Amino acid sequence: MTIKGKAYLAGIYEHPTRHAPDKSTSQLHAEVAKGALQDAGLTKADIDGYFCAGDAPGGVMAMVDYLGLKVRHFDSTDTGGCSYLVHLGHAAEAIAAGKCSIALITLAGKPRTGAMPPRATGAELDFEAAYGATTHNVYGMCAMRHMHEFGTTSEQLAWIKVAASHHAQYNPHAMLRDVVTVEDVINSPMISDPLHRMDCCVVTDGGGALIVTSEAIARSLKKPLVRMIGHGEAIKGPRGGKDLDLTYSAGVWSGPRAFEEAGVTPADIKYASIYDSFTITVLMQLEDLGFCRKGEGGRFVADGNLISGTGKLPFNTDGGGLCSNHPVNRGGMTKIIEAVRQLRGEAHPKVQVPNCDLAIAHGTGGLLGIRHAASTCILERM
Amino acid sequence: MDSAVKYPPPLVNPETKPFWDATVDGKLLVKRCTACGEAHYFPRTICPFCFSDQTVWEESSGEGEIYTFSLMRKSASGPYAIGYVTLKEGPSLLTNFVDCDMTQLKIGQKVKVVFKTTDGAPLPFFMPV
Repeated sequence: MTIKGKAYLAGIYEHPTRHAPDKSTSQLHAEVAKGALQDAGLTKADIDGYFCAGDAPGGVMAMVDYLGLKVRHFDSTDTGGCSYLVHLGHAAEAIAAGKCSIALITLAGKPRTGAMPPRATGAELDFEAAYGATTHNVYGMCAMRHMHEFGTTSEQLAWIKVAASHHAQYNPHAMLRDVVTVEDVINSPMISDPLHRMDCCVVTDGGGALIVTSEAIARSLKKPLVRMIGHGEAIKGPRGGKDLDLTYSAGVWSGPRAFEEAGVTPADIKYASIYDSFTITVLMQLEDLGFCRKGEGGRFVADGNLISGTGKLPFNTDGGGLCSNHPVNRGGMTKIIEAVRQLRGEAHPKVQVPNCDLAIAHGTGGLLGIRHAASTCILERM
Repeated sequence: MDSAVKYPPPLVNPETKPFWDATVDGKLLVKRCTACGEAHYFPRTICPFCFSDQTVWEESSGEGEIYTFSLMRKSASGPYAIGYVTLKEGPSLLTNFVDCDMTQLKIGQKVKVVFKTTDGAPLPFFMPV
């Protein structure tokens, strides 16, 4: 059993807002659902599967009721920012198994308008809560160790932000559209060593949605055919503190599973959407996915290698979470959306990868240096 | 965070009560599995490695070295240094480095446990030796 070629991305929508104090979170979910349906050329009554994560007010039951859906399959797996990359894999499984034929996946929320609810906690609570783990310092710990073991530098990390900014200048919706230099990044204020302000993603209100469907239905619609050919998912944590290694992510497991199912290798990929909550997130994931060897990520990302038209691996051509959008502090959805734009040929002409027929959308969710999930999706244009 | 910071008291549950009873006496405990021989942290009844229920409490030396850290430059309670310590007994654990010049921390530096009071059981932190 495989999901290879069984599920098609028929509809995508990224909310143009980056600040939405005048809207409710449920409303934003409905708006992105409407946008994705319109993109696909389908209607709400066509949806028979629904996927949402921890950002959905009240969870899957409340959302199905609020949106007025009638579904025969649903999934509310929450793995933080990569939830939607997990949902895409699970939607493909459900479609391959005949459990649904048109699945909707939504993400929306307003962290720029107001504080987010606290993270869910488990048995670790008493042993971690007092130590003030935030995204900044937890990803900072990963970067610190990576620098220690491999000699990775702040300048190399800065190149990731520089590349994202080169792409964001062409995105009218991007929150930060100014092109920045390596010097700008390393001279920006230190937030949590060794990460500077410009090593960090934006905080935005907004959201996005996907419509995933079967081959037969996708072929009846008007959009270019983009399908899933591989998916992998994994979870990594300190696991009792044995052999702690913060230099790699769960992508070392999710990536190979996805590539194997797809029957392709990193060298075949034309465009990469890589979760960029922080610059270090990108660097570690590129290594973990096999775009370069462990420890060589710094050299791989330097000198514009991630800039479309210049480098060997164009990444996050919408400007990514570092410059454009990181709705609800969850970047997985926009990673998929830009990958589909590239495969359809709908990216901005200045950043469109020529003849882009194979792309990866990959992300981690949770806290990279404590416990997190990873999900890898490999997408192909027919 | 320094000693003026008010830390949240651990909630404590039946599985972890011996650990928190020990911190009152200034002792740091780890769990060791007598079936596979591995120590782990935070404590579980069932070994996360071999899934045996033959786990026992063991007093840690409280000594170890810094695996990694990050100095958070600003927070409501001021700067603080989060990090992982790898204990002599094997397991690594998440903590804060306290009672020191946080700008001088180094990976590999020797540290030892120090307990900070809360409204409940004391919490383990680490400081350079």
